[in-house]
Amino acid sequence: MDAINYDTELRRAGAYSTHGWRRFLFLAQRNLLGTAGLLIMVMFVLAAGLADVICRFDPLAVDAAHALAAPNALHWMGTDSFGRDVFSRIIHGARISLAVGIGSTALGAVIGVIIGLVSGYLSGWIDLLFQRIVDILQALPLLVLALVMTAALGPSLPNTIIAIAIPLIPSVARVIRANTLALRELSFVEAAQSIGMSEMRVALRHVLPNTLAPLIVLATAQLGSAILTEASLSFLGLGIPEPYPSWGRMLSESAAEYVRTAPWLVIFPGIAISLAVFGTNLLGDALRDILDPRQRG
Amino acid sequence: MLAYILRRLALMLVTLLGISVIIFVLLRIVPGNIVDILFAAAGYVDPADKVNLERELGLDQPIVWQYGHWIFGLLHGDLGYSYVSEKPALDEILPRIPITARLAGLALVFSAAIGIPAGVISAVRQGTRLDYVLRVVSLSGLSLPPFWLGLLILMASVKLFGTMPIFNPNPTTWTETIAMYGIPALAVGFRSAALVMRITRSSMLEILRQDYIRTARAKGASEAVVNYHHALKNAMLPVITVLGIEAAFLIGGLIVTETVFNIPGVARFLVEAIRWRDYPIVQNLVMLIAVIVVLTNFAVDLLYAALDPRIRFTD
Repeated sequence: MDAINYDTELRRAGAYSTHGWRRFLFLAQRNLLGTAGLLIMVMFVLAAGLADVICRFDPLAVDAAHALAAPNALHWMGTDSFGRDVFSRIIHGARISLAVGIGSTALGAVIGVIIGLVSGYLSGWIDLLFQRIVDILQALPLLVLALVMTAALGPSLPNTIIAIAIPLIPSVARVIRANTLALRELSFVEAAQSIGMSEMRVALRHVLPNTLAPLIVLATAQLGSAILTEASLSFLGLGIPEPYPSWGRMLSESAAEYVRTAPWLVIFPGIAISLAVFGTNLLGDALRDILDPRQRG
Repeated sequence: MLAYILRRLALMLVTLLGISVIIFVLLRIVPGNIVDILFAAAGYVDPADKVNLERELGLDQPIVWQYGHWIFGLLHGDLGYSYVSEKPALDEILPRIPITARLAGLALVFSAAIGIPAGVISAVRQGTRLDYVLRVVSLSGLSLPPFWLGLLILMASVKLFGTMPIFNPNPTTWTETIAMYGIPALAVGFRSAALVMRITRSSMLEILRQDYIRTARAKGASEAVVNYHHALKNAMLPVITVLGIEAAFLIGGLIVTETVFNIPGVARFLVEAIRWRDYPIVQNLVMLIAVIVVLTNFAVDLLYAALDPRIRFTD
């Protein structure tokens, strides 16, 4: 019997592929939970993208004759007090949830990266000023700041995105600043400066790409809390306004009174929120293990 | 050490001042104040009345004057009057604090009592089926919206007992007290418990990999002694930080949970005040939350230094 050649075994499993499909398969096999998270997220993206194809009913169509119908063959998840199909509203709700989640995470990340990069790279009084702003934003819990922001901006889809993005800025700014400070001292940055690159070019071409891994890890974690915060805001009646089908608002309409009479109005939107956040959390954990092994737990 | 504390205190004041400015300005860029809302609800009313009411509430003054008036009052313990109830804001806020504080305290106890043991078990049994189950449960704890968990509990209570717990400010029996506070606290604390578990687990795993643990094993210490005497003590430091931060940030979960369970605490009051554009209540409540967050962070940092002799503030 031949001795086991670990090198060949590892190569066959794809451990040495650095990119492409083989690398993805190798990582996916070793992160089953992360793969599950990715599948859940793909499912939600497909639901959002193909909502019009999947749904048999218009999510906004009122049908008083079939109000508060229990789940049946026609209305898989029942209907609400206006006779609107719950299944269609949940599928269309994925659009709102993903739009707010991805929109606010991206907006928060862009502003946070700018603040963090400028702060860490220029230092001096600009750094001091930005740090105080970050401190101020961080002294209020996410939901409290988002609540006050929506109250100030008024309920609408873009305003909800802004209201959730602002509280996400501080943690991005902190991570990027800390990384920039560390990178600035490294010799490749010094080399770039010594061959006469402009500070701007060094910051954008050499420092920024090296902060991407922790940024991706953080942004995935923030995506989950952004989705959760949108649901909370809409649940409190201060997020996405009618008639958009937002999962959180579906729960606030159905709260308390329907707990007794129409439990399907409570159960299904809640499952949708939990599953979406669960998916991002699973994916986020896997990305952290792959991209930032020092934090592995 | 003293210099460090003084510097931190000064920074805290700067942060709080910044928050007060931001909140004040944010609340006043809203189109439409309380007077507009009241008058819109009443239909047509004499515009002169409207001007009078705005003058009475000080809303006709420049914003800088209004801000100065508020801060001056704050420093003298005068928080202004609620627009809605017309009672002093302090009298509206103070009686609601103990309710929310009790809920938050209980939720923290739950999160430590559930999260720490679960985290330790998960770390000690790393890679086993039990570890996987606990990790998935904790991830789901971070994924369930607290208000939905609350609604599910209400639903279960209707199914099991045929009735929903209704908040009673003066519970008569101790079972009623437990149901009144314990159940909502559990709904809020589940998320924090999940967070505490994750931190405990990763902190324990990191400690268990260290040299002094191998030394302890080498000299013949039992698994239990290694895990609980040598490792757990040192692994607790990050857990304390997370518990401290969670203590201040529980308010987010309390806002929705108090709304679901109809509990008249400060968290639900904040949402109501925002809906009514009741500025004096909103700005004072947000300041109260900010003060609690900033002070808790400070206390956690000091506690950290007290517990870990390696940390010394030299700055």
